[in-house]
Amino acid sequence: MKVLAYNSELCVGCYVCEEVCAETWFKVPDREKSSIRIHERRQEGAVVLSAVFCNQCGECIAVCPTEALYRDKKGIVRLRKKQCVGCLSCVGFCPEEAMFFHPDQAEPFKCTACGQCVEECPAGALAIVDV
Amino acid sequence: MSAQASTTRPVLAEYTYEPPSVERGYTGQTLYVNLSDNTISTKPVSDEMKEKFIGGRGFGLWLLWQGVKDDTRWNDPENEIIISTGPCGGITQYAGSGKSLVVSISPLTNIVIDSNVGGHFGPLLKFAGWDALEIQGKAEREVIVVIDGTTGRVTIEEAGDVPVDTHKVGHWLIEEMAESEKDRYFMSAVSAGSGAEHTLMGCLNFSFYDRKRKAPRFKQAGRGGIGTVFRDKGIRALVVKSGPVRGDSNHPADLERIARAGVRLHKEIHDHDDEQCRMRRRGTPYLVQIMDDYDLLPVHNYKFGSHPETPKINGDVWEARFTQGIPDGCWYGCTLSCAHAVDGYQLRTGPYKGETVIVDGPEYETIAGIGSNCGIFDPDIILEANFYCDTYGLDTISFATSLAFVMECYEAGILDQEKTGGLELNFGNGEAALELLHQTARGEGFGKVFGQGIRRMKAYFVEHFGADAAFLNDIGMEAKGLEYSEYVCKESLAQQGGYGLTNKGPQHDEAWLIFMDQVSNLLPTFEDKAEALHYFPMWRTWFGLCGFCKLPWNDIQPPDNAESEDPAKIPEHVRNYVEIFSGVTGQEVTAEDLITMSERVYNFQRVFNIRLGYGLRDHDDVPYRSMGPVTVEEYESRAERYDKQLRELVGVDPAGMSTEEKVAALRKYREEQYEKLKDAVYERRGWTRNAVPKVETLRKLGIDYPDVVAVVEKYL
Repeated sequence: MKVLAYNSELCVGCYVCEEVCAETWFKVPDREKSSIRIHERRQEGAVVLSAVFCNQCGECIAVCPTEALYRDKKGIVRLRKKQCVGCLSCVGFCPEEAMFFHPDQAEPFKCTACGQCVEECPAGALAIVDV
Repeated sequence: MSAQASTTRPVLAEYTYEPPSVERGYTGQTLYVNLSDNTISTKPVSDEMKEKFIGGRGFGLWLLWQGVKDDTRWNDPENEIIISTGPCGGITQYAGSGKSLVVSISPLTNIVIDSNVGGHFGPLLKFAGWDALEIQGKAEREVIVVIDGTTGRVTIEEAGDVPVDTHKVGHWLIEEMAESEKDRYFMSAVSAGSGAEHTLMGCLNFSFYDRKRKAPRFKQAGRGGIGTVFRDKGIRALVVKSGPVRGDSNHPADLERIARAGVRLHKEIHDHDDEQCRMRRRGTPYLVQIMDDYDLLPVHNYKFGSHPETPKINGDVWEARFTQGIPDGCWYGCTLSCAHAVDGYQLRTGPYKGETVIVDGPEYETIAGIGSNCGIFDPDIILEANFYCDTYGLDTISFATSLAFVMECYEAGILDQEKTGGLELNFGNGEAALELLHQTARGEGFGKVFGQGIRRMKAYFVEHFGADAAFLNDIGMEAKGLEYSEYVCKESLAQQGGYGLTNKGPQHDEAWLIFMDQVSNLLPTFEDKAEALHYFPMWRTWFGLCGFCKLPWNDIQPPDNAESEDPAKIPEHVRNYVEIFSGVTGQEVTAEDLITMSERVYNFQRVFNIRLGYGLRDHDDVPYRSMGPVTVEEYESRAERYDKQLRELVGVDPAGMSTEEKVAALRKYREEQYEKLKDAVYERRGWTRNAVPKVETLRKLGIDYPDVVAVVEKYL
C-alpha cells in the first residue's frame, strides 16, 4: 500500500503542503481545509515540527454507522460522501486525529495519499512510500 | 413507498402536502390524523408554541391539552398519541440526538404519560416535513398510517395482512415497503404487538435499519401503556419515509458550534469510555454489578439490594453475549453506542419457538427486573423474556415489577397454584415466568389479571382472594398506577421523592439521586434534597423537549469532571448542550434558560394531571417497600443498619424491642420524613402544600393561560 510519509528533519515549516492540499481538494488555499497539518512546538529552545495526516490504519471504518468509509483496492481509506451523514464519529475516533472537519461542508475529509503535496514540497520532506 | 405496497391495501384516506424544508430544527407544522373519520390535516406551529413548549414532550402535552376533555380516559376516542422529537432531534454530530417523545393518557395511571425512545421514527418524521404526529380517534377496522416525505403523501390504509407482533412488522417493513436495500435506510415503523392489546402495559417499538446486520432493530417507548392505546385505536403500524439524511438536514443556524461540541464528545468517549462505564461494550448492563455492590439492585420484589448470584447476570456476562465492534447507536452519530444486541438467539418457547432472532438489549432495567428482582439469575430466561416482551409490545419494566409482586404474593400464600392456573410462581422460577408472559400476551388465564398491572391486581386479590389490602399496598411497587423502575431506594429519601414526587409515576428518568444522597451524602438537609428535586427533574425534562438522550450527559464524563464547580451536573456537558441548542435554533441561551424551558413544561404537565383528576399531594404517596423494611425478614436482613438508625435518628433504644416493634418505629420515622420532603419540594417548585402550582408560578413562567389558571384556582 502506498501512503504518505513525512521527514521532520527535512521540513522547513513553510505550510506549502497544507495550501496545496486545500487547493487540490477544495479549490481554495485555506489551510483549515487541508488533510495534512504541520504543527510547530518549542522543545528546549528549539523549534520541533511534526505532521498529522492519515496513515490509512482504517480504525474509522468500524465506527462509521453508514459504511460510508471503506478501504479501496489500493488499501486507501476513502469516504463516499453521498453515503455520509456527517456524524463526525470518525473525527473523534481517529487515533491520529487525522480526520478533519470544516463547517463549509457537512462531511469530514482525510488524506488519500494523492501525492500533490509531495510534488510541491520545496524541502523534499514528503514522500509516497510503500508499506 | 412502493406502488405495489400501496395498491394492495385499500386506502381509506389520502392527503398530499409539500414537504417544507427544516429551518433551525423546525418544520413549522404538525400532522393531525383522525382515525374515527379518516381525516388528515396540517396544523401550524406558532412562535409561541416553540417559545413556550420547545418541542418533543412539550409539543405532545400542548397538543394533547387541546385535544382532550377533563374526563377523557385512555380508551376514549379523543385520547391521542403524539410523537415528536424536538428542535435538536436529528442532528448527527452529537451522541444521543435522535430521541422521540411519545405522549398520551395512560391506561395504567389515567393521567398524562410521556415516554422517550430511540430509533429513527422521530427524526425521519421531521425530515419528512413534520415537527409532530398527532393521532386521534379509533379506526373501525385495523389500519396502518404511512407518511411518505419523498412524495409528500400521507395515507390511512387498511392493515390487511400487516403483522401485529413487532419483529414481524420489522420484516414486513423492509421486505414489502422498501423497494431496495437503500430504501430501507431512511424508513422507520412504530408498532406494538399482540400483548399490548390484552394488557394495560403495552409499549411501542420504534424501528431503525441496522446496516451492519442488514436487519430491522427496535427501541421501546416502554412506560405507561401507550402501546395499549395504540392497539385500542386499531393501529398496526405507523410508517415514515424521508429522503437521505445528511449532516445538515436539520438546517441548524450554526453547524460549526454543533460539530465542535460533537467532536469533543466523540473524542471523550473514544478516550475514556473503556475506563469509565464501558457503554460501547456493555451498554446499560454495566450498572448491574455496581447496583449490587451498593445494595441497590432490586432482589425479590425490592426486599433486598444484592444477591450472591448477581455475577451470573452482570456486565461481564453481557459483554460476552453482545456482538462487539458494531456501531450500535440508535441514531446516527451516537458513539456511546449502547443499543447492543444478542445475535443468533434461538427461541425455545412460545409461538415463535425455533426461530433465530436478534434480541435488542437487554438493558439494565430488564436484567434487574426480570433477573434479580424475580430471583432469576439466568441470562437465557432474561433474553427470551426480553425478546417476547418487545415483540408482544409489553413494557419490560411493568412486566418485571408486576412479576416480582406476584412472586412475593405467591410465596406469602396470597396466591397458590389454584389461583394462578397451575403456575408455580416462586422467586427464581424462570420457566413459570415465561409461561405467564405468553399467557399475558394472549390475555388468557392468570395472565389476563396479571396484565392489568399491580394497582388493579391489588384490588383484584383483595376482592377475589381475601388478601390483606394494607400488606399489598406496602409491597406492590407502583405509584400513581405505574410500576417502579429497578432501583432500591429505601436508604435514599431524596430518591424516594425522585420516584414519588413525579408527574408520570415512579420512573427514574425524572431524577436519580441515590449516589448523591446515600453514597456521597451531598444532600444532607431537606433544602438540599428539595433543590436537587427541583434541578434534576427539570434538567432531565429538557432532554425530552429537544430530542436528546440522557445517557451521553452522565454515562461518560470529562476526566476532570470531579474538579469542576458542580460535578453532579457535569458542567462541561451542560455547556455542550447550551452550544448545541444555540447552534440549532440561533437563539443565544444560558444554562439557566434550559431549566426555565423545562419548568414551563413540567408545571404544565402537573396542571394537566390535576385537570384529569389526579395530581395532588396524596397522589404522590409511595408504597412503604420503597421507603423501608415492610417485613420482619427484611428488617432482620439489615438489622445492624436499622438498629443504628433507630438509636441515632429516631432516638429509641432497640434493645428489648421485638422486630415488629422496631419495624413500626422505623416506619413512623421514615413516613414523617417523606411528608417533610414533600413540603420542602413543593415549596421549592412554587407549588402549594397540596402540590398545586401557584398562579404566580404559572405567571412567572408565562403559562398563565385562562384555561390553565382555571384548573389550579379550584384548589387554591
